[in-house]
Amino acid sequence: MDFKLTEEQRALKLAFEDFFREEMKQAPETTGGLEALLASEESWKFHRTLGKKLGEKGWLSRPWPKAYGGCDAPIVEQQLFNEVRAKYRAPGVDPWGVEMFAPTVLIGGTEEQKKRILPPIAKGEVHYCQGWSEPNAGSDLASVRATAFKAGDYYIVNGQKIWTTGAHFADHIFLLLRTDSSSRRNAGLSVFYCQKDLPGIEVRPIQYMNGKHVYNEIFFTDVKIPEANRIGQEGEGWGLTRETMNFERSGIGYFAGAKTVLAELVRYVKNTERDGKALSENPLVRQRLAKLYRDIELGIALSYMGAWTQHKGNAMRAVTMASMAKVYGTELNQRLATAATEAMGLYGQLEQSDWAPMGGSMIDAFQMAIGMNIAAGSSEIQRNLIAWVGLMLPRTK
Amino acid sequence: MDLDFTTEQNTFRESVSRFLTNECPFDKVRQLEESAQGYAPDLWPKMADLGWFGMSFPEAYGGFGGEFMFTVILQEEIGRACFPSPFFSTVIQCGLTILAGGTEEQKKDLLGKIFDGSLIMALAQYEEEASYLPTGIRMRAVAQGDRVVLNGTKMFVMDANIAHKLIVVARADPGITLFLVEAKAPGITCSKMPTIGMDNCCRVIFEDVRISQKEVLGQPGKGWEVLEKMAPKATVAKAAEMVGGCKGAIDLTVRYAKEREQYGKPIGSYQAIQHFMANMALAYETGWSYLYKVASMIDADEDFSVEASVLKSAMDENAKFISERACHIHGGIGTAREADIGLFFRRAKAFSTLMGDTDYHDNKVAEALLKGLPDLT
Ligand SMILES: Cc1cc2nc3c(=O)[nH]c(=O)nc-3n(C[C@H](O)[C@H](O)[C@H](O)COP(=O)(O)OP(=O)(O)OC[C@H]3O[C@@H](n4cnc5c(N)ncnc54)[C@H](O)[C@@H]3O)c2cc1C
Repeated sequence: MDFKLTEEQRALKLAFEDFFREEMKQAPETTGGLEALLASEESWKFHRTLGKKLGEKGWLSRPWPKAYGGCDAPIVEQQLFNEVRAKYRAPGVDPWGVEMFAPTVLIGGTEEQKKRILPPIAKGEVHYCQGWSEPNAGSDLASVRATAFKAGDYYIVNGQKIWTTGAHFADHIFLLLRTDSSSRRNAGLSVFYCQKDLPGIEVRPIQYMNGKHVYNEIFFTDVKIPEANRIGQEGEGWGLTRETMNFERSGIGYFAGAKTVLAELVRYVKNTERDGKALSENPLVRQRLAKLYRDIELGIALSYMGAWTQHKGNAMRAVTMASMAKVYGTELNQRLATAATEAMGLYGQLEQSDWAPMGGSMIDAFQMAIGMNIAAGSSEIQRNLIAWVGLMLPRTK
Repeated sequence: MDLDFTTEQNTFRESVSRFLTNECPFDKVRQLEESAQGYAPDLWPKMADLGWFGMSFPEAYGGFGGEFMFTVILQEEIGRACFPSPFFSTVIQCGLTILAGGTEEQKKDLLGKIFDGSLIMALAQYEEEASYLPTGIRMRAVAQGDRVVLNGTKMFVMDANIAHKLIVVARADPGITLFLVEAKAPGITCSKMPTIGMDNCCRVIFEDVRISQKEVLGQPGKGWEVLEKMAPKATVAKAAEMVGGCKGAIDLTVRYAKEREQYGKPIGSYQAIQHFMANMALAYETGWSYLYKVASMIDADEDFSVEASVLKSAMDENAKFISERACHIHGGIGTAREADIGLFFRRAKAFSTLMGDTDYHDNKVAEALLKGLPDLT
């Protein structure tokens, strides 16, 4: 076993470094998380511009097969890309289009669909959002009720989706809908996508607890979606959706991003005095820093091991490792934000303002962490998977 | 990057695991623990014959020149089996100390004997203050003619009761110095300390113990530097044993949770139990991944001192958490002396105090962090 990068991998990493270091000089003041992407028109614009540049370099589609504009990049290289991007807290990759929908199309799409849908994603020209959750279908996603009924070569879609992150900016949405009215749970579901501005679609903002506009609810009233936009067979959407869930990659981003934040926190405690000495001399603060650094380091090793497992095609173990990285990574970011805001004392409660240490980014992260522990399968759901798939403990319904 | 074990590494792990399962099942582990000697004298030469002792040592001194990774694998399997032996004290602590600081002659002589199983050694470092720092060394070594006289008390000296030779850390004229002392030399009294790990921790009292001036290990006054060279590797090796212990505890607990029924269902089907076990598996998996990252740094000759501390701190906490929950999930039987799971619980506590405890290592990490690590600027 050898964790060391090959010369080639090192060179690749340096190329990523050079790119993001240069590009991030023009970045608007953001905090680097999901909400930063959506924080303002300006940050969204930067995200799209950077996405196009990444598209030109072919870096959005590197892991795809060569036939569809990719270069079959091994997952370890993708890991390096994600690590460097997270280190610079850079946007530019549409997590829904690039990381979820494109791989779904690669698995379940027809040849025609691949040719139609994939190139714009690879070039960073279109951005997606994810229409899965409904008011009564969250963790229990198989109970979705929004319907799509066939009428000629169209489906008529009715129902509501909720918590749709970025729907206010996205061009397209991918959907899990019920195509068989008599079906229950995971039978009779199908996967679709459509433009977000079709007649009958209404997007309403929901404010996140920090007052930011991160997600939305979406209402569908007799929306016509062409049959050509159904991915996979009718009624077989659940299996495909399960595959999509597995495309949440190994989670290196949680850890590499956390490292950058920790570096800022280290600077903050060195430069902040209380009681006549730097915070960095306070043993309790030092202990927290050490434990955070430790946990980040372990997370990085875990996610490399997870990526390697995926690369080797060990599917069950890869699913477990991905769930592990998700729950460990999001909870770690929560600990990081908590520790940072606690080290700031009274100032740790300030939202963006001139008084707020680290630009108020930590109080934002503190609030976003709650959401991240829930989104993409809550910590409980991840733990269920680790127990069932990883430890093969009996599953009772 | 290649995160698969080589065929050689896999074969080695299998052979170690087979040996330990066959030769020393948990019943025997408990018998050995309770015995005065605390190890299996019949298995020791067999281990030597299998080439375990010289595995990761240079060929020039009779070793096999293998990567440190092999020792890590070995330690992991030893941890999984809770196997009691003086391997850590003799081969890891003393072997690495001799390798780091001994003269050519000492290396050739002592290492050769360690590798063939004829020499058991113990490192006498900690004293009454039980400090991991150089300030904790108070024992004095005073020159008298061509002799050196040692007076003082050493605590928590692992395997001193069965050792042939001790490496004694003492303050001499030029500073902290390492001395090679026959364990049965006149003036030495050794008694076992009843530690939770039952790992032969001893109190060793030195009363006017006279040794020759020649019995200095390496150079006088350089003792602490030598120990500091040995410590990170030994720390990683101890952590590897803890990683293995975590695996062993989880395996036993998974098995138990599937078999034990309450309310008509296996307890492992209840979510409260599942979530704890998911956390245990996660803690293990992170520690395991990081262990092998550090091991590959060692073999690549990179500086791994901060990483060794990160690893030990993590394993102290992981082993505590995992073994505690593992006992708890076993219910009443998990608290009985006869239960196998207790072996892991007791070792987790004992090992967390060895080669520096959590606070000690966290402090090292914090210092490095505040000084500035290359990837954190
Ligand atoms: C910031 C954010 C962004 C999001 N973005 C999107 C998006 O872009 N698109 C989209 O479709 N959805 C999105 N979601 C929705 C997200 O997927 C759901 O919120 C999530 O799956 C949980 O569903 P729920 O909110 O209905 O909670 P519920 O499922 O009602 O869960 C409530 C609580 O019960 C627990 N729970 C539920 N089931 C179990 C169980 N079986 N065992 C133990 N505990 C259980 C949960 O862990 C949680 O703590 C987002 C959510 C957030 C917070």
